[in-house]
Amino acid sequence: MNTNGDNSSQITPVIQVSDLKVRYGDKSALNGISFDVHKNEILGIIGPAQSGKTTLLKVINRTLELTSGTTVEGSVKLDGVDISTINDVYGLRRRIGMVLPLPVGLPLSIYDNVAFAPRTGGIRAKSELDEIVERCLQQAALWDEVKDRLDTLGTKLSGGQQQRLTIARALSHQPEILCLDEFSIAVDPVTTMRIEDVLDTLRSEMTILLVTNLVQQAKRLANRTAFILNGDLIEIDTTEVIFSDNPTNQATYDYVNGNFG
Amino acid sequence: MNILRKKSTANLPFSETVIELFIRLCGISSIIFVFGIFFFVFREGADFLFNGLDLKEFLTSVEWQPTSLNNKRYGALALIVGTFSVTALAMCIAVPFGLGAAIFVSEFCSPKLRETFKIIIELLAAIPSVVWGFIGLTLMNQLIIAVFNVPIGLTMLNGSIMLALMSVPIIVSIAEDALKAVPDSYREAAEALGATRWQVVYRVLLPAAKNGLLAAVLLGAARSIGETMAVLMATGHSVNIPSGPLSWIRTLTATIAAELGEVARGGEHYQVLFIIGILLFTITFVVNLIADLVIKGIRQE
Repeated sequence: MNTNGDNSSQITPVIQVSDLKVRYGDKSALNGISFDVHKNEILGIIGPAQSGKTTLLKVINRTLELTSGTTVEGSVKLDGVDISTINDVYGLRRRIGMVLPLPVGLPLSIYDNVAFAPRTGGIRAKSELDEIVERCLQQAALWDEVKDRLDTLGTKLSGGQQQRLTIARALSHQPEILCLDEFSIAVDPVTTMRIEDVLDTLRSEMTILLVTNLVQQAKRLANRTAFILNGDLIEIDTTEVIFSDNPTNQATYDYVNGNFG
Repeated sequence: MNILRKKSTANLPFSETVIELFIRLCGISSIIFVFGIFFFVFREGADFLFNGLDLKEFLTSVEWQPTSLNNKRYGALALIVGTFSVTALAMCIAVPFGLGAAIFVSEFCSPKLRETFKIIIELLAAIPSVVWGFIGLTLMNQLIIAVFNVPIGLTMLNGSIMLALMSVPIIVSIAEDALKAVPDSYREAAEALGATRWQVVYRVLLPAAKNGLLAAVLLGAARSIGETMAVLMATGHSVNIPSGPLSWIRTLTATIAAELGEVARGGEHYQVLFIIGILLFTITFVVNLIADLVIKGIRQE
């Protein structure tokens, strides 16, 4: 597996995935994949639908275990610690920000949406919560649009605003890793570009896993890109190599250039 | 568009027309029955309601002496208080248990256990009220005598426990539906934010399902208010303003059931019983209406 490429590979990996196998019942979703994620990089993860991208994210924040009938083999290490040995699974989930394909504004006010995770983490002081809410909404480029109506329902926002709200929410617990799962599916192109700008800035503060259905998005943002197909990691390399005319694997070239998928 | 529509109806095959007519009749008939019942009950009591009955006495006096020879009194206050107090106490028992059970069935138990639970709860709903009354009359009576050291166990508490057992299945099934109607994406999003399962329940699910849960409680209460046989058998059936859960009481419904068979048709007593019927009808109608409006509120959200 070719995991070298740019300078960031010399730093200790934030996430080390080794020989990860996931099965739903007797259907295999991931057939043993291994790769590292480096600190402060955006790792693009591309591949057609049903190839196991979402499953991969669910393994990392351990929400997969809420689905019955799944089996996970292999290991995922976060800062060198195997996540399956972490007892405080709720604490683990707060170390990872998760943005899902369809924006899910919880049926709470905008303020309470963003303050949700800090509160479950035990922060009670109003001033501290105020500060977190403002910072996160600023970071998600939503503050100016909603600062005068923080107590309206989050579900009343438009699709694009809701998606930025979920990004603000994912940032609210100051995650080390931000996972985005096809965030642009329900978002218009202008908002998508705004969120991409946000991600570009966030790169300096955290590590970002960007699962995307738009290969061009990975090309624009990702330092490195992984191509997953039918539960196998076909190739992982710097984005320049993946999108060049001669990646290692022919399937990568075909997918990136829209020949299938 | 309108023209197109009309044309397509006109072109329907004959069988379709017949079926549509039949279904339409079924729908209309339920409305007719409700109005018919109300009309009948009202007609039987109307004469005395407008000429003769002292409405103020009816609503504020506790003297219920419809069979007295020289001092007939139609004060229904004790019956009204009896109905509301036994229902309120029943709800105090049924609501925590019902909602708790609904949360457990919907969020915390395994799919296999859930099916078993639902069957048992449906079974609970199918037990006839006279059976509950019998249990109240024998088992619960003895139990209350033993626990509270009172001479008679046929009390408001006894009736309330029976009513609670009857309304819990309704509350559980409607509340569980309301919780199940909350999209899974809410649960996933909250869990991804590091919420524990209990935090998911009280921070996200309860606020999201609050209208459905309220409707569940109101329909459970409506069931309690309308219940007759169990309260007739279990509460002592004695006209009395209760001073506590261990007082005996009499309810509106039980009064009708117990006395209607004994009265002369068309007499004052007979008509007063129908006026009680109008009162009950109004109370359950209001409760159901509130529940309906609340459910409508959910749909709009």
